Amino acid sequence: MNTLRSLEWLRPVLFLLALLVAWQLAVFLHPHQLMPGPWKTAHGIADLFPHGLIARYVVASVFRVTWGFFLAVLVAIPLGLVIGWCQRFELAVNPILQILRPISPLAWIPIAILWFGVGDMAAIFLIFIGCFLPLLLAVIDAVRAVPAVYINAGRNFGLKPVALMRRVLYPAIVPRLMTGLRITLGIAWLVVVAAEMIAVNSGLGFLIVDARNAGNRYDLVVAGMVIIGVVGLLLDYGVRSLERTSSLRWGFEEKR
Amino acid sequence: MIRASADSFTGDAMPRASAAGKLRVENLGVAFQREGATLPVLDDVNLSVRDGEFVCLLGPSGCGKSTLLNAMAGFLQPTSGQVLVDGEVVRGPDPRRIFVFQERGVFPWLTVAGNIGFGLGKLSREERAKRVQHYVQMVGLQGFEKSYPHELSGGMKQRVEVARALAVNPDVLFLDEPFGALDSITRMVMRSELLRIWEAERKTILFVTHDIDEAVQLADRVVVISARPGRIQQIVDVDLQHPRDISSPRYLKLRDGILSQIGLAHRI
Ligand SMILES: Nc1ncnc2c1ncn2[C@@H]1O[C@H](COP(=O)(O)OP(=O)(O)OP(=O)(O)O)[C@@H](O)[C@H]1O
Ligand SMILES: [Mg+2]
Repeated sequence: MNTLRSLEWLRPVLFLLALLVAWQLAVFLHPHQLMPGPWKTAHGIADLFPHGLIARYVVASVFRVTWGFFLAVLVAIPLGLVIGWCQRFELAVNPILQILRPISPLAWIPIAILWFGVGDMAAIFLIFIGCFLPLLLAVIDAVRAVPAVYINAGRNFGLKPVALMRRVLYPAIVPRLMTGLRITLGIAWLVVVAAEMIAVNSGLGFLIVDARNAGNRYDLVVAGMVIIGVVGLLLDYGVRSLERTSSLRWGFEEKR
Repeated sequence: MIRASADSFTGDAMPRASAAGKLRVENLGVAFQREGATLPVLDDVNLSVRDGEFVCLLGPSGCGKSTLLNAMAGFLQPTSGQVLVDGEVVRGPDPRRIFVFQERGVFPWLTVAGNIGFGLGKLSREERAKRVQHYVQMVGLQGFEKSYPHELSGGMKQRVEVARALAVNPDVLFLDEPFGALDSITRMVMRSELLRIWEAERKTILFVTHDIDEAVQLADRVVVISARPGRIQQIVDVDLQHPRDISSPRYLKLRDGILSQIGLAHRI
């Protein structure tokens, strides 16, 4: 039993090691190309640390994601509650939402630069655009999935629409909302890297283009990619632990 | 209103004072539109319920019991006729008349105390805590005030629903098969608790069930509804004192009378 459990823990580690070895071997067998191996990549990461550059870039990226994401949350939740609640309103806005939805947030880059110039605002705007629609649609769907009993019970106790939204509709959608928030934060992290490659002069996305443009430092490119992956993982972990806080937990317990 | 005929088993029922009535259903009809066709569900229902009376609505599945209850509670606009409470036409739900759903209606994001205090927003904090505590005790949930619904059994959730309804001190309670999802032992316990609460608080209760025994054990009057389109087939006075002896000849006679009325006598 004990050995089995320690084996389970070992399995992904062994697999990762095997991949790294294969990668190193492949690079070793083809010496005349720019792709770095894991060893050079590790060196690249080590190179970035002493300058304090990496910390500044991570902070810059997380800062933009935070603003774009929270602005989207702040607008999308109340708007989604209202749209999901009023069927007529939903019929009116739904076609527009369906047209906007398939447009990649990256398609907004020229407009972002046109409106806000090269800088933080442009990146934040792009993240907002990337988060807002998926979140709005998630909230609308969640509202429509709220059992009619809850709404009827709320009305029966004399709640007017605003109180009904605050005291019944909003808490009722929290479990689905948490899932939506997690997915959306993932999108935000995808968008920030792309936005930084074009619209700003700092951040992890900028690190990647800059390393390539300034002398084909592919070791730094891959190092940047690894850091993006790790920070993204940490962000996801953060939202997951929010899901587990007791006041928000009820929906997850019920499903079991 | 179709009354039990003179030779029926309710012959020796005590004459009841039929005042104006707490709740009156007048020529009520409900029809649903479905796939272009009109589906009549209730047809010309007339009923008068006295203040403090316990009335059971009994009928086969799909006969429109829930529809009738929803119309009385104001959740559904009737196609014709009207419902009056205290002489006032019902136009929507109202905290003076609380609908008790099966235990599904308990809010899973609130604790037991939070659920029971849900309708008490207008009271001061101390006032509310006192009221909540009173009803926690009445339904026997002491020690569970801080529990969330997913930590409770079905019967306990049903108690929370009943306590939440009683806490706002309504005149009328509507219960739609409130114990239908519970096991038979819990159901028996809940029935006697409901009777105890009813005797203490004297609410007017309209209780939907498709269980004949349940109806005869609980109600002052049993309203038997026919299959769709639902009409009142018969109203049976249950002239038995509480606590009722469910093996007494009178009880059995009433029950068998309703069974034969529905056309199921001695079939099983
Ligand atoms: N919103 C609706 N739209 C269309 N038809 C409906 C609607 N609600 C109920 N019905 C129909 O009305 C009829 C009566 O439904 P109702 O729920 O009142 O029956 P019931 O007596 O409560 O049955 P049960 O004992 O199974 O709960 C059913 O045939 C049902 O299909
Ligand atoms: Mg029903």
